[in-house]
Amino acid sequence: MGRFVVRRLLLTIPVLLGASFLIFAMVYALPGDPVRALAGDRPLAPAVVAQLREDFNLNDPLIVQYAKYLGGLAHFDLGVDFSNRPVLDTISQRLPVTIKLTVVAVLFETIIGLAAGVLAGIRRNSFFDNLVLVSTTLIISIPILVLGFVSQYVFGLKFGWFPIAGINDGWYSYLLPGLVLASSSLAYVARLTRTSIAENMRADYVRTARAKGLPNRTVILRHTLRNSLIPVVTFIGADVGALLGGAIVTEAVFNIPGIGRAVFEAVGQQEGAVVVGIVTLMVFFFIFFNLIVDVLYAVLDPRIRYD
Amino acid sequence: MKLSKRKSSLVATAIAAAMLMTACGGSDDSGDGGAASDGGSFSIYIGEPENPIVPGNTSESEGSQVVEALWTGLVQYADDSSVQYTGVAESIESDDATTWTVKLKDGWTFHDGTPVTAASFVDAWNYTALSTNAQGGSYFFANVEGYDALQAETDDDGNVITPPAAEEMTGLEVVDDQTFTVTLTAPFAQYPVTVGYNAFYPLPESFFEDPEAAGKTPVGNGPFKADGEFVPGQGFTLSRYDDYAGEDAAQADSVEFKVYTDINTAYTDTQGGNLDILNNIPPDAISSAPDEFGDRYGETPSSSFTYMGFPTYDPRYADKRVRQAFSLAIDREAITEAIFNGTRAPAFSVIAPVVDGSRDDACQYCQVDVERANELLDEAGFDRTQPVDLWFNAGAGHDAWVEAVGNQLRENLGVEFTLQGNLDFSEYLPLGDAKGYTGPFRLGWSMDYPSPQNYLEPLYSTQAQPPAGSNSAFYSNPEFDALVAEGNAASSNDEAIDLYQQAEDLLLEDMPIMPMFFGLEQTVWSENVSDVKVDIFGRVNVASVTVK
Repeated sequence: MGRFVVRRLLLTIPVLLGASFLIFAMVYALPGDPVRALAGDRPLAPAVVAQLREDFNLNDPLIVQYAKYLGGLAHFDLGVDFSNRPVLDTISQRLPVTIKLTVVAVLFETIIGLAAGVLAGIRRNSFFDNLVLVSTTLIISIPILVLGFVSQYVFGLKFGWFPIAGINDGWYSYLLPGLVLASSSLAYVARLTRTSIAENMRADYVRTARAKGLPNRTVILRHTLRNSLIPVVTFIGADVGALLGGAIVTEAVFNIPGIGRAVFEAVGQQEGAVVVGIVTLMVFFFIFFNLIVDVLYAVLDPRIRYD
Repeated sequence: MKLSKRKSSLVATAIAAAMLMTACGGSDDSGDGGAASDGGSFSIYIGEPENPIVPGNTSESEGSQVVEALWTGLVQYADDSSVQYTGVAESIESDDATTWTVKLKDGWTFHDGTPVTAASFVDAWNYTALSTNAQGGSYFFANVEGYDALQAETDDDGNVITPPAAEEMTGLEVVDDQTFTVTLTAPFAQYPVTVGYNAFYPLPESFFEDPEAAGKTPVGNGPFKADGEFVPGQGFTLSRYDDYAGEDAAQADSVEFKVYTDINTAYTDTQGGNLDILNNIPPDAISSAPDEFGDRYGETPSSSFTYMGFPTYDPRYADKRVRQAFSLAIDREAITEAIFNGTRAPAFSVIAPVVDGSRDDACQYCQVDVERANELLDEAGFDRTQPVDLWFNAGAGHDAWVEAVGNQLRENLGVEFTLQGNLDFSEYLPLGDAKGYTGPFRLGWSMDYPSPQNYLEPLYSTQAQPPAGSNSAFYSNPEFDALVAEGNAASSNDEAIDLYQQAEDLLLEDMPIMPMFFGLEQTVWSENVSDVKVDIFGRVNVASVTVK
């Protein structure tokens, strides 16, 4: 197991290098002149434009720019954005915010999604099962932008139960955005769990367990649920990776200064260093959480071995 | 209408009264740390500033709003755009409009306690002008003697060949602590009007030791001082500067600048009372905001000017009769009503109404006159079978009104149109600089200082053709240039305005651009604050805001 993890972690290095180069090339290929856009209606003095282009290596060919970027990376310098702010500062300021939002969202997704899925799965075709089916279909079909604004208006403005926007109220300010962010994943988790449980309830080993006289609780939690979790864990693992990449829409609606907004703004302004730094980090998260999922497989299903 | 307005203001008063009765501490969102706090605190919206908080590098409205609270310049402007010596300058005088002597008042200090001296201005201006410092406001000093020596030499590809020859402009000279002189390359009678702009603000010595740190925690000489770093994506809180030497001292104890990405969220937050002042109202909410906010809604004219330029380099638009005909075919009032719900004012001049010298009837070709338009178009022999390309930048909400312009051209002139609105600003502007527009194009302008000159010279003079300036129509008329130059050299303000107006008349006859709209600034505020005033730049005057 240990060797498997080490090998996978080592493999991330070439993946990250390749990913960062691809992203770098994509930002480079974006049409338009970021310095000209920075100036707006009134062009900057020509010598100032030249200075800015030189400061941000914009005159160099792609390979040279990337080499300079890697050179900085070697001593943990991720470069600066157009206002000369180190990208590392941006990440260290915004990542904690995104992590909090992710934690809240994943908790909602796991707790509510699993509970609804298990209950629906063991009582197939009951009223509750149908309720889960209808409500999850509804949630999945509503765009998150609409869900965000509506819940903000209803629960934030009209009822005043939650802060409307911002992060000034500690964890409490993350509850509503977290729930909105989790909503569609929550629905998927519920449906995945429900299907998986419903299928396994008819499996031979469940009949055996019941025949042994085990209590219903044990049969469902220890035998059925554990075996039903593999697809669900795969989904949640991938989702954590994706959520840590920032949620552009939710962050904008609830004015949460997370990593998604930073990267969105950076793409708009063609700030290569910021985009590459953050997106590479996102790629790393994605790889890392997929590794955790793979490890969890072995825990859930003893037949899976990585040695 | 009347009834509902009264109703909503009644409701507002009732709510305000209720708030007063229940708890006066509605403004509890800032810990004042036990200091004398009777002025209260409030919050105000800003979008994310593009640059560090350095006045010489701040030209967009977001950063300007913050800079305005932190700095006071040499002069300030009254609501009628006249220059007021309520800033740091005691007087700015010249005999020949070329060499200006600036005398400073006593008693002005920066937030770190150091005095504001002549060197604070001269050093700041040299810093901003020097091209290696890459400050956006550099070109504001282009008319100062010796500016060119501070610009690095570049080749045609925009690479720096040789560094700047000097670090100080020869035209700036410190006479004593309270006096300095500015020598210009050409007479400019309006010079005192220009120096109230951001780029001319003073900087303390500590700035030059560490400009980067100063961009995060700015030290100015204005009514408010920064207590901590500006946090991107969030904002920061400023507190009143008690040793402020100006007349417009801060009324409130502190002001929090809150950064929002989405103005819809900011609007909802204002409805919920969590944000006190919002001067950027989402388009969908503009029609309902006056009723909803009642007497907590304000509308003021702003300096912003939207126009459609003509590519005068394109043979199709080279004849001024074609350009006049297009302008005559557009019903600006109908567009401002139908598309903007009256939140913009139709433009009949190129000088915004907030500026002294603006005339609302300057343009002879801006009232719709279909017959004359068609006559002119026929005279010019315009080919009506080819569609007209209408250019605008993408994602900035210009689609609807440009399409309305196209529809009017089709209806009134019988020409088809094609919308060219897929380019972002970063592609759109370079295309124009390279003479790439194939038809009328949208651009805008906001003034830097309230002088008619600021609406003429940077936009239409021959020397302002790209890449040096914003003359994207590539208009060039020596007579126009001469009139502006004469206006610049005029001995009195009245004489200058007269000459500038002659230049404007000439411009509107040649019609390299069609004036479209002037901006109106809408502001809403919460029950927590009053005395919300918006200046002629469209910035909220945060110092005058009082907290209830």
